[in-house]
Amino acid sequence: MTIRKMLLASAAVLVAAMPVSALADTSAKKIALSNNYAGNSWRQAMLTSWDKVTGEAVKAGVVAAADAFTTAENQATEQAAQIQNMILQGYDAIVINAASPTALNGAVKEACDAGITVVSFDGIVTEPCAWRIAVDFKEMGRSQIEFLAGKLPDGGNLLEIRGLAGVFVDDEISAGIHAGVEQFPQFKVAGSVHGDWAQDVAQKAVAGILPSLPEIVGVVTQGGDGYGAAQAIAAAGRPMPVIVMGNREDELKWWKEQKDANGYETMSVSIAPGVSTLAFWVAQQILDGKEVKKDLVVPFLRIDQANLEENLANTPAGGVANVEYSQEDALKVIEAAK
Amino acid sequence: MKLRLSADAIRLLIPALSLTVLLAAVFWLQPRAMSYVGLNLLFNLAVPIALATIAQMLIMAVNDLDLSMGTFVSFVACVTATFLRDAPLLGVLILAGAILVYAGLGVVIHLRNLPSIVVTLGMSFVWAGLAVLMLPAPGGQAPDWVRTLMTAKPPFVPMAIVASVFIAVIAHFLVMRSSLGVLIRGVGGNQRSVERAGWSVVYARAMAYGLAGLFAVAAGIALVGLTTSADANIALRYTLLSIAGVILGGGEFIGGRVSPIGAVVGALTLTLAGSFLSFLRISPDWQIGAQGAILIVVLALRLLLNRIENREKGR
Repeated sequence: MTIRKMLLASAAVLVAAMPVSALADTSAKKIALSNNYAGNSWRQAMLTSWDKVTGEAVKAGVVAAADAFTTAENQATEQAAQIQNMILQGYDAIVINAASPTALNGAVKEACDAGITVVSFDGIVTEPCAWRIAVDFKEMGRSQIEFLAGKLPDGGNLLEIRGLAGVFVDDEISAGIHAGVEQFPQFKVAGSVHGDWAQDVAQKAVAGILPSLPEIVGVVTQGGDGYGAAQAIAAAGRPMPVIVMGNREDELKWWKEQKDANGYETMSVSIAPGVSTLAFWVAQQILDGKEVKKDLVVPFLRIDQANLEENLANTPAGGVANVEYSQEDALKVIEAAK
Repeated sequence: MKLRLSADAIRLLIPALSLTVLLAAVFWLQPRAMSYVGLNLLFNLAVPIALATIAQMLIMAVNDLDLSMGTFVSFVACVTATFLRDAPLLGVLILAGAILVYAGLGVVIHLRNLPSIVVTLGMSFVWAGLAVLMLPAPGGQAPDWVRTLMTAKPPFVPMAIVASVFIAVIAHFLVMRSSLGVLIRGVGGNQRSVERAGWSVVYARAMAYGLAGLFAVAAGIALVGLTTSADANIALRYTLLSIAGVILGGGEFIGGRVSPIGAVVGALTLTLAGSFLSFLRISPDWQIGAQGAILIVVLALRLLLNRIENREKGR
């Protein structure tokens, strides 16, 4: 009798314990960041944010470890090997900023088959077993034209500065800009150059195309190129058009100077590098057993005339305006996707 | 009585030794790797690199160097993920055509007496351009049979090891045991004497380049089998990796001195070196340097052995 009672009691305990273990705390889980490139201010800010937020999370005991790995060369084959090494190292989740949306699919599949949660962000992967935290780059392009339409109802000629040719992000933002021009037909893209998301390249490219252009009322950009464009236009002695900025510190500083000097008005839009921390929390929530949709959308970070000073003060010299995400922010994004 | 090793065996000793040491270090750092799944994960990306290394080795055997290896493998990967899947016949024709172009390059380089580095560097832009034309954005999908082949799980020994051994054996018989292999190495060793002996050097060069093209095509197909889809820039690293693999495996830039088994071992060693550094948690800023340091150590060891070998001969 006593044995049976004990069995029953233990069974009862087991049943009672079940829901608790299903909610599982993630304090024993290890998360790794697989990053393909660290050679610009955006990626540096991304890694710093990751270290800061995950460092606190590890200290608080939310997860056991959150290690960041960056490949030595920005190559898909090398990152695939890195992911396979992470599988061997026994991580429970891998957060990826991918060198290629497709070339890592084999390694990602291996990870999924090994029972590992894979969350990709910014540079996402197409393998269906992975989660994707994507930025709505199209909307980012379109919103620039919408803003210009509000400021310049009469429209006019625009100069488009594109990013790195052949990269998915460049195509998406540009498609958004052209969709915006269709929506507001008073605007016309009079010329477009590739600025490679770098101020010096953008400055050279804009200086090169300026003599062939009619009067420009606005410059639509992809980030990291607004300051260079402003320098080139100022050097050519042309009237300063409305240049949409991309949240870089030099761009915001220039905007602030112009605002103080002559009331210059524009806006600035880009993705916050802290999106890596959002991916971290999403991975943590999935490990915690939460139902999360495979495709999530992260809001982009927009700076307007009113909150320029505040954002500029928070941006480190040579850096990018940033937001770090919390567990609550992640929950909000997950809820919004449902 | 002293045990006498042949020169070829000594040539293989260093790569085999470095692979063993690295493997032991990896197992010590990460005991999880000491399993069927672990070995497969460690080595499966080495299979396409091994094939590309053999291709590079064939070209180095005739004293040339192929700087278009990376872009050519990328090009093949793009063909595999698009045409070979959707229109297999056309895909096979394109790949066969590419191999013929490679053989043609050998002929042109020989007849016009052009430096191979310049010609292949030029071709690398052609291959890269064609790859971007085919796949302007990353995508495509691996043909099912390629995927099945590369993810096969043979009993006891993981596919990555089976494939590596298979590649090494085939290449060994082709280069070291067949008369064609002797001819190709002869061209690298002393072109004039091969010519005087009545052999066609054009034929030997064309065959060396054609075979290199064939192995490079296999590398591209194997790579897509692992990644499931392609990207026009997928294999850019293979140019330097394949050259390093040949040298690491006991080959030399001139003189037709190559070792197919060594080349495969060299490719495995290079792949393992990456994992080793990653398990050591070395910061990425130092990783390229550390990879270079491993190469230098291995090459220094070889120089030492070469010296001993020469001294033995001098006696």
